Amino acid sequence: MSLLEIENLSLEIGDTPILKNIDLSIAPGEVMGLVGESGSGKSMTALAVMRLLPHDARADGRVTFDGIDILAAPEAAMCRLRGDDIGMVFQEPMTALNPVKTIGEQVAEGIRWHTGANRADAEARARAMLERVGLPERQFPLTRYPHELSGGQRQRVVIAIACALKPKLLIADEPTTALDVVLQAQILDLLRELVDENRMSLLLISHDLAVVAEMTDRVTIIRQGTVMEAGETARVLSRQEHPYTRQLAEASTHVPARARAPGRAAGAEPLLKVEGLTRDYPVRRASLFSPARTFRAVDGVSFALGGGQSMALVGRSGCGKSTLARMVLALDRPTSGSIRFLGEEIGARSADELRVARRNMQPVFQDPYGSFDPRQKVERLVAEPLHLLDGKPDGARRRELVAEALEQVGLAPSDMEKYPHEFSGGQRQRLAIARAIITRPKLIVADEPVSALDVSIRAQILDLFADLRDRLGVAYLFITHDLTVARAITETVMVMHEGRIVEAGPTETVLGNPQTEPAKALVAAAPDLQRALERRLVRSAG
Amino acid sequence: MSLDPVFMPAPERHVLRKALENRSFLVGLVITALVAVTALVSFVWTPYDITRLSVANRMLSLSAEHPFGTDHMGRDILSMIMIGARNSIAVAIVAVGIGMGIGVPLGAWAAARGGWTDEVLMRVNDVVFAFPALLSAVMITAVFGPGAVNAIIAIGIFNVPVFARVARAGALSLWPREFILAARAAGKGKALITVEHILPNIASVLLVQGTIQFALAILAEAGLSYLGLGTQPPMPSWGRMLFDAQTRIAVAPHLALFPGLAIVITVLGLNLLGDGLRDVLDPRLRRQR
Repeated sequence: MSLLEIENLSLEIGDTPILKNIDLSIAPGEVMGLVGESGSGKSMTALAVMRLLPHDARADGRVTFDGIDILAAPEAAMCRLRGDDIGMVFQEPMTALNPVKTIGEQVAEGIRWHTGANRADAEARARAMLERVGLPERQFPLTRYPHELSGGQRQRVVIAIACALKPKLLIADEPTTALDVVLQAQILDLLRELVDENRMSLLLISHDLAVVAEMTDRVTIIRQGTVMEAGETARVLSRQEHPYTRQLAEASTHVPARARAPGRAAGAEPLLKVEGLTRDYPVRRASLFSPARTFRAVDGVSFALGGGQSMALVGRSGCGKSTLARMVLALDRPTSGSIRFLGEEIGARSADELRVARRNMQPVFQDPYGSFDPRQKVERLVAEPLHLLDGKPDGARRRELVAEALEQVGLAPSDMEKYPHEFSGGQRQRLAIARAIITRPKLIVADEPVSALDVSIRAQILDLFADLRDRLGVAYLFITHDLTVARAITETVMVMHEGRIVEAGPTETVLGNPQTEPAKALVAAAPDLQRALERRLVRSAG
Repeated sequence: MSLDPVFMPAPERHVLRKALENRSFLVGLVITALVAVTALVSFVWTPYDITRLSVANRMLSLSAEHPFGTDHMGRDILSMIMIGARNSIAVAIVAVGIGMGIGVPLGAWAAARGGWTDEVLMRVNDVVFAFPALLSAVMITAVFGPGAVNAIIAIGIFNVPVFARVARAGALSLWPREFILAARAAGKGKALITVEHILPNIASVLLVQGTIQFALAILAEAGLSYLGLGTQPPMPSWGRMLFDAQTRIAVAPHLALFPGLAIVITVLGLNLLGDGLRDVLDPRLRRQR
């Protein structure tokens, strides 16, 4: 007897079909993974179970939860169900909490509403629940507000709210996608413990096969609103019988085929040389009279990067990776230390003196939506760095250069007439790369360039990076929290922790045999499909 | 993985279609266009010449010859309202122009520079904001003498902080965005980035604010003229027509009714237009519906 039974569920929003004949069932105490890429309908399936669909959505089929016909139940019955027997954890802990209510109130709210408990009782239960998710009252009083907590702690609060009433089913929609790998491992552990303790069922929605392999008993893989394959996780992911499953698995462990990186010419000055780089930020004073304090985001960082080399900078969120990248790009000024690029100091130069350096050094950012001015056409956007050339190219020459850059990243020259919103996420990241290579730079600084992309798109973009290096001889500094990206495309890696470089060396050596605690933590927490499957097979055999 | 774009404008043709489907935008547009056409027509034709007084025909009630009646000097009220529309619109255009022309650069500059520049500019702004606008306009016209030009300047000055604030808030939310970082990495200076990226992206907010300030400027002009500090005779103004009507309201209520209606309808039309524009141009509001 299954707890949740979805039969033949179809969903349309307006005239657009979103889901087609979805079948899915979850037994009590079972962990089910729902895997798919952006727009595949994962989240809509979850919202259909909660009946929190957009107004113009039309659902057909049957959804039965614990004997209740969800699609036909009156709204009042659904209100009783949501947050009581079905809990939900969302992707973005920042927006899933009410910023003006304390965490204690937010956990107690659901308890009071569903059980009619009085304030004191509800608070006591909230206290116990927060303690259970790893936020003991001594360190995290109930009177804290969400903004006083870190991302991982906030996600713990969201889980506390969802699990406060011991739901029969917990739906977790990409619960760790916004977190770094170490936090991800902690949150996943917590979810697994809660599932075991309460014999709770879990519907885990994820795009990450490694996470799903690690966590779930059974898995359902959907694409464009249709179930591609379903079955026991270990069997589905190790046999990879369905072509789409294989495609996903290959993409998530993809390593671009590449030529060997050119050896560094001995004695030559490296392309980029950073020494003793430090950046302090002023911290807002607690009161008018307390002394001004500073926060050291980057602390005495030194490294060198040779021409045509690629280097990864890995670390947990908030460790100072992006601040370092901005200083290298001369978008932020160092407090002290030196950055030499092409033999010239760039730390404290005027905008005019930086033109040569900027021409040879371009950024690629994480967010393919935020990287482009939504009101300009591709031609202008991609041509933007041409501003740095001494003789500005005329209109025809400019179009020629843009067309060439677009072709190099696998887009058509005719795309220059379009606006950025007419492209998909992966195509937009190609546009960002086209913009970065149009001045033929020697260095590209890429800040989490693939972490917002689906696995199959991510594989294509990594291939593109590798390909461009072979053709154009450009060096890369990749900033990432994803070790598979570092493994796939870089020769050397630096591990950053609390503003310092704690470990550096060849990628295989550092990630294969980490020496320092922060590096070990990162490597241990990084999800790995192969390892997860092996562990799973051992477990089921034993 | 579900990626929710923060800001995704639809293609321009969608905006146009949305605009035509939006009821308040359409109604607002029609009313505003009607007032504008009336004002334009008044340049070439009015039913009567309003400089010619005719005591015999004073305070006539509504008739086929004088659809809105005549005033205490026998002038045709319809003709006066038509010319008054011209006056109101001219005052509002110039006043909003002053506000935008000074306020938007100030706000954008404050956002681009940050730090002390921002702090000082915005505190000065707050001071100007803190004065009741109409009272200060009364003071300005009292010192420099009444007249349409001084009224325009007074109203314009009080539009400056409104536009400065809106422009600054919009620009501040854009500066940390990645496309601005990319533009900086392309070596573009703050002024150039402001012109190329910031202003086009806050134009829609400014446009909406513009229509609201336009309505407020018409009201302010009517208020000043009512007090005798705005447009001077013989140039007719809706505000002064109200003032002239007030002592005779028991005898001839239509003297107050029509200029009053003209003000109300114009302001209503502009507000509807502004609301509609906001709905049409703000992609977040649009998606919710």
